[in-house]
Amino acid sequence: MFKILKQRAIKGIVTKYVEPEAYGQISLAGKELKALIQKRFGRSLHIREVDTGSCGGCESEITSANNPIYDLQRFGVNFVASPRHADALLVTGALSKNMLLALHKTYNACPEPKFVITLGDCAFDGGIFKDSYYTAGAIKDHFPVVLHIPGCPPTPLQIVQALTAFLKE
Amino acid sequence: MDCPEIITGIKNIFPQFNPISASQDYPDEVSLSVEPEIFKSTCLAFHRLLVSPVMMMFALDEREKSGNFLIKCIFVNIKQGQWITVSMALGAQTASYESLARSLYSANLFEREIREMFGIEAKGNPDLRSLHLHDEVWPAGNYPLRKDFKQAQAGGLGEYKFARVDGEGVYEIPVGPVHAGIIGPGHFRFSAAGEPIINLETRLGFTHRGVEKLFEGKDYVLASQLAECVSGDSCFAHSMAFTHAAEKICGNIISKHTRYSRAIFLELERMYNHVNTIGGMATDVGFSFPAAYASIIKEAILRLNQKIAGSRYLKQVNILGSVAVELDEAKKNIICEDLDKITRDFSELAGILEGSVSFMDRIDTTGVLKRKTAEDLGVIGLAARASGIGLDLRKYFSGVYQEAKFRMITQSSGDACARFKARVREFEESARLIREFAEKIPLKETNASDFKLKTGQALGYVEGWRGPVLYWLKVDDAGLIERCKIVDASFHNWQGLCFAVLGNIIPDFPLCNKSFDLSYSGNDL
Repeated sequence: MFKILKQRAIKGIVTKYVEPEAYGQISLAGKELKALIQKRFGRSLHIREVDTGSCGGCESEITSANNPIYDLQRFGVNFVASPRHADALLVTGALSKNMLLALHKTYNACPEPKFVITLGDCAFDGGIFKDSYYTAGAIKDHFPVVLHIPGCPPTPLQIVQALTAFLKE
Repeated sequence: MDCPEIITGIKNIFPQFNPISASQDYPDEVSLSVEPEIFKSTCLAFHRLLVSPVMMMFALDEREKSGNFLIKCIFVNIKQGQWITVSMALGAQTASYESLARSLYSANLFEREIREMFGIEAKGNPDLRSLHLHDEVWPAGNYPLRKDFKQAQAGGLGEYKFARVDGEGVYEIPVGPVHAGIIGPGHFRFSAAGEPIINLETRLGFTHRGVEKLFEGKDYVLASQLAECVSGDSCFAHSMAFTHAAEKICGNIISKHTRYSRAIFLELERMYNHVNTIGGMATDVGFSFPAAYASIIKEAILRLNQKIAGSRYLKQVNILGSVAVELDEAKKNIICEDLDKITRDFSELAGILEGSVSFMDRIDTTGVLKRKTAEDLGVIGLAARASGIGLDLRKYFSGVYQEAKFRMITQSSGDACARFKARVREFEESARLIREFAEKIPLKETNASDFKLKTGQALGYVEGWRGPVLYWLKVDDAGLIERCKIVDASFHNWQGLCFAVLGNIIPDFPLCNKSFDLSYSGNDL
């Protein structure tokens, strides 16, 4: 217990732990994002993440966006465990044929109103796996996708900035 | 005939052994080709002689050239730092062979994979259900890795049959493919009575993207990008194993700077993943402070990667014969400075976790994978070392690790605690190695390379953070890839998890799962 308290005191607020420049960018984009979410979603946006055949890189960066340094949650973005609690689906991966049914079921389990965001180059049109015998085409051909966040994988900062830019529209 | 030593050794065990050909193509690779009749006995003899599981087994479609399918089975000889390939040719009409799996279980998954991808049946294997191509969506009779496969023809769909446990009070819990966390997809079917798990069956393949087929016909540049997208948390290990195979084929001489740089990047990848797993284990027991702390350390390492290699996940660093970044004095200083901070933080983190009685009590004796089980299943990598199997490619194959006096970390208890401790020790060892490599690394030489592949075949291998990553590569006359077989340690180790959880309570499953921390995409390909 003592060790935890000691580390807590030494570390302080770790959102400032990254380089000052990056900290400024995150706070700036985040503040804007927070205000937009306040206005549009009544304080919080709940997202359910679904991997449809990604390599795990995008998952790693989404997890990073939730770490204490970026801390997406402080801006009102929550990643939830069930589609029943979600406002939006965040889909990654090249859409393997095996995942098509599961993705439909997950989408149908989300309450209305709902929207779909795709993240990572694979999720746009299959990316590097586009010509495979086992990918089921672009996610936007199966579901109403409103936003795509490009990158392989996009960095946490890019994720925050893309969400902000989208909500501004 | 080359390599008499290994032939004498195998003849002592299997007197009828009489190879059609034997050759040593590279200092670390011996290839033997045998008649189909003695393929099984030869493989079993090698398994006994080398105490190696089947590291890789795969098929090649050479019907256009020779009218045959080839089947290759690869073992590792750690004493001599060699790989032994046993191969046989099957006539296109035969398309079946005698199963190894009844006597050598580590061949089982490979036989299932060969059946679904090539339609070559392992006679006598009781379980030939599909792994990656799910019966519900993929019509029967389509074999995508055959060379004449263009696109799937209509055919019958089916349904996967899970193993069923009957009895009073036994119930099933299906989980997935979509999980509650931000992770890959996979289906777990638990059979339980009360709390303890009686049986766990994993059904994977949900991230199958047909990677091996996509490799075919690609040149080096495109294929190396693909290798980086096989498993996103092992980008560097995969691209390094792929490049290693390509370099063996092309006969590149690898400079010291390149070898040291690659070792540094490989260890950085190991460090950020190990600390991520340790944090994940803390999350799974509900201990949030260390979990958050671990993610800060992971972020620090990712940022270090960005600073020295221009990519958080070390993408596009490996190039044929060299590395794309130069680790000069300035970068060496950055590495050493950041590493000091990172190791200081990490020892605090490890101290908090090891000093927490409730955490240690929870992981102690949880998810035990016995050594015998691990050996039979062919479990490799960190999970095997935590069960007492001393196999680490870094130790047995010559290179910069031997120069740096690499210390292999093994544990004996095989539980989640052993895997936790192995990760902590490996993290510390990695940090030591990086410092040592950074000290020794010479300046970069300029060596022009045209990235054109030569014709040939070779095995590339690397000890990634989960375990060995193997790439078997064959290049055709035009310099394009003809066949690429990938085996990530996850492919072997998922079965280990199924046995480790038996008798544990279902709420401990996430903890057991995280202690292995296997890749979905590296397994599904």
